[in-house]
Amino acid sequence: MAPQSSIRDTFFEECEDLLEALSEGLAAMAGGARDTETVNAVFRAVHSVKGGAGAFALTELVAFAHRFETVLDAIRSGTLDVTSEVMHTMQRSADHLADLVEAARNEDVLAPDVSEAFLANLDLCPGTEPEPFDTGDTPFDFAAIPLDFGDDAAPAAPGGYVIRFRPKPRLYQNGHDPSLLIEALHALGSCEVVLDLSVLPDWEGPDAMSPGLGWTLRLSTQESETVLREIFDFVEGLCELDISPFDVAPEPEDPLPLVAAPLVPATGFGAPPPAASAAPKQDPAPGGDAAEGRGPKPTLRVDLDRVDRLINSVGELIINQAMIAQRLQDMALASDEDVSLHVEDYRLLARDIQEAVMAIRAQPVKPLFQRMSRILREAAEATGKSARLLTFGENTEVDKTVIERLADPLTHMIRNAVDHGLEGPDARRAAGKDGTGTIRLGAAHRSGSVIITIRDDGAGLNRPRILDIARRKGLVAPETDLADAEIDGLLFLPGFSTASSVSNLSGRGVGLDVVRNAVAALGGRISIASVPGQGTEFTISLPLTLAVMDGMVVSVAGHTMVVPITSILETIRPAPGDLHRVGTDDSLLSIRGRFIPTVDVARSLGFTDPSARAEFPLLLLVEGENQSQCALVVDAVHDQRQVVIKGLDSNYGQVPGVSAATVLGDGQIALILDPDAIAAHRASPAAPVAQRPSSLPDLHHGQH
Amino acid sequence: MANTDLAETDLEFVTFFAGGQSFSIDIGQVREIRRWSPVTPLPHAPDEVLGVMNLRGSVIPIYDLAARFGLDRTPESPRNVVVIAMHGSQTVGLLVEAVSEILSVGRERIQETPDVRSDTARQTITGVITVDEGMTRVIDLAAVVQPRGKAAA
Repeated sequence: MAPQSSIRDTFFEECEDLLEALSEGLAAMAGGARDTETVNAVFRAVHSVKGGAGAFALTELVAFAHRFETVLDAIRSGTLDVTSEVMHTMQRSADHLADLVEAARNEDVLAPDVSEAFLANLDLCPGTEPEPFDTGDTPFDFAAIPLDFGDDAAPAAPGGYVIRFRPKPRLYQNGHDPSLLIEALHALGSCEVVLDLSVLPDWEGPDAMSPGLGWTLRLSTQESETVLREIFDFVEGLCELDISPFDVAPEPEDPLPLVAAPLVPATGFGAPPPAASAAPKQDPAPGGDAAEGRGPKPTLRVDLDRVDRLINSVGELIINQAMIAQRLQDMALASDEDVSLHVEDYRLLARDIQEAVMAIRAQPVKPLFQRMSRILREAAEATGKSARLLTFGENTEVDKTVIERLADPLTHMIRNAVDHGLEGPDARRAAGKDGTGTIRLGAAHRSGSVIITIRDDGAGLNRPRILDIARRKGLVAPETDLADAEIDGLLFLPGFSTASSVSNLSGRGVGLDVVRNAVAALGGRISIASVPGQGTEFTISLPLTLAVMDGMVVSVAGHTMVVPITSILETIRPAPGDLHRVGTDDSLLSIRGRFIPTVDVARSLGFTDPSARAEFPLLLLVEGENQSQCALVVDAVHDQRQVVIKGLDSNYGQVPGVSAATVLGDGQIALILDPDAIAAHRASPAAPVAQRPSSLPDLHHGQH
Repeated sequence: MANTDLAETDLEFVTFFAGGQSFSIDIGQVREIRRWSPVTPLPHAPDEVLGVMNLRGSVIPIYDLAARFGLDRTPESPRNVVVIAMHGSQTVGLLVEAVSEILSVGRERIQETPDVRSDTARQTITGVITVDEGMTRVIDLAAVVQPRGKAAA
């Protein structure tokens, strides 16, 4: 049913936030925080997940969350000390909880023994002996109050229950729908619903906004009262609810008392709960409140498609503005003409809007980094190493797509850092270091780019070994002499893997070249720096957004094209003696004592109109696949500007040598070149990989 | 498409001329008809792909329908128009010499493509419809566009 499924979606969206809060809280606890605030936040997160899961009958999730919660409660009440073992169990359990949520979301079932293993781990926590737990009966009770067990027994009334239910205004404000709740009751058995009009508010009164309708339901069911209460868990505190067996309240027509009515909380935390009694709510962690949007800032969930549509339109706006500006310029008006000033305002406004819209897509990298702490834990466990993750700059905002597409490369690099970067505990101590390795993961904005750094304090790159492996694999010629940075760069070559034994962690045949390609696909670059004995640092530099790009506008055989700035190392106007012909078609550029192959872009694209060619071409020095440099020959370089990226794939398909297109100020389309592909195109017919990298460049010549 | 199961309802086609022949396309696929404007050529594109055009911010490929059917490229003329058509989520433009009319015909008036020798014709024409002075060829937009979408090497 559609409304149900959308509530379900909302639940899972909330779960994401809750799990994030959970992992944040646990990280704080792992860092030594023991204050009630933090522990409560962790408890609340698990509790809310459980509450929501109960409403959707996700029993496995509820059962696990419940057990987890019990242990957390013991920590909260001080009966369980947070030792490092307990902390570890907590974190692993949080991971498992996330898995369970994910499985529930995909309607998968995890292997039950996995859950059992985790449950067993939780059971090991002293002082929190597992209580008999039955998802059907006690999902909302906590171990600390033995009296609660009385409630478990709330026997299924032979006939059924009378439920009096009267929503408070907040229930509606929070987007709940009484009809869905009533529908859920119908599912439990035959149900008579009587609308309780007697409590209609005084129409003349000042508070006509608050709905006063209530219902009295007579439900015949075999289910226990707890099952009924689960249905109302989400609206706990948002309604007046009274559930009593038939024999206790035989007259369902009784009007509900008004404000004075005792509230029966759906979660009877700390309250001795005889079936129909009333107890004021004491639980500081009501599940229902979680729906109100925690955190200091109110946020809005928006379908990504809508944002993308907006971004598209703003892209159009920018182009349209550029077109108008160009027309005006063509008209050669006096510069103090009113209209010119207005167009300038228009330009500034359009840029403002664009920035604001782009900011919608920007998200902090925090959730991504948090996922990495899990990867680190698993990697450390699998390798028998001890490691901690320190993150900084996690509020740095990056385009959502970039974040999504960064997850895999980052996962890989964290695993790599643990597996290959860090030494084992003994080796570390022998080297005079802390037995626990530290991996620092950071993000920062730097001049229009996002810089992600992954740094370990391990042994650093073993360069002689890297060189040895590269030589054995034929990646470098045996006699070549490489500088340190060049050796480091070998790690990015396809098919390179330093692990002498293929571990089940990183040695999956996926090397750093895959990471490099993923980063390159995002328009970014990656580099390595390493100091023997002190560690290795990877730096990934990424564009802030994928929707716009800084490009250099060039002419190629009469066509206007754009080359991404990120791939251009420098532009060169060759002196007559700099180009050396090789054979009939090829030529080499001599620069700073090296020879670099040139690629005629026009010819590589199949544009062969000689009349459109410039007499004195310009060269763009770019770094292609495997860091091999080459110089692209173009006819002219016009200017540098931000361009809105338009894909060609959706309406046409891939075009060799072209990554996308953009719309210029005159409304014409310009193709965005893919320097990598053009350079590779040159190499593809001959030159096997093994012969190329003799000219591996320095990775750190950051000139752009 | 002409072969769906809308029994006995009339089908509507936009008919146009390309390479001196009459073609038609299901009206449901036609989005708009535009004046010709210069396109940006694509490298390594097949003959019939003239290039890409800016349609309100979308980059759409323009196919020369005549060239697609193995006829000569449509000569440049200010009267040329571009039929903007949708195939699934794909938007493409078809360059034609002129759009002639909207044809409303019963399903039974569509005849199967006679057994012609040209492969292109067999693959890209789903049927023919008799009109007053001759016939119009119903094109299968998917077939016109598809093979080029994949590997245009």
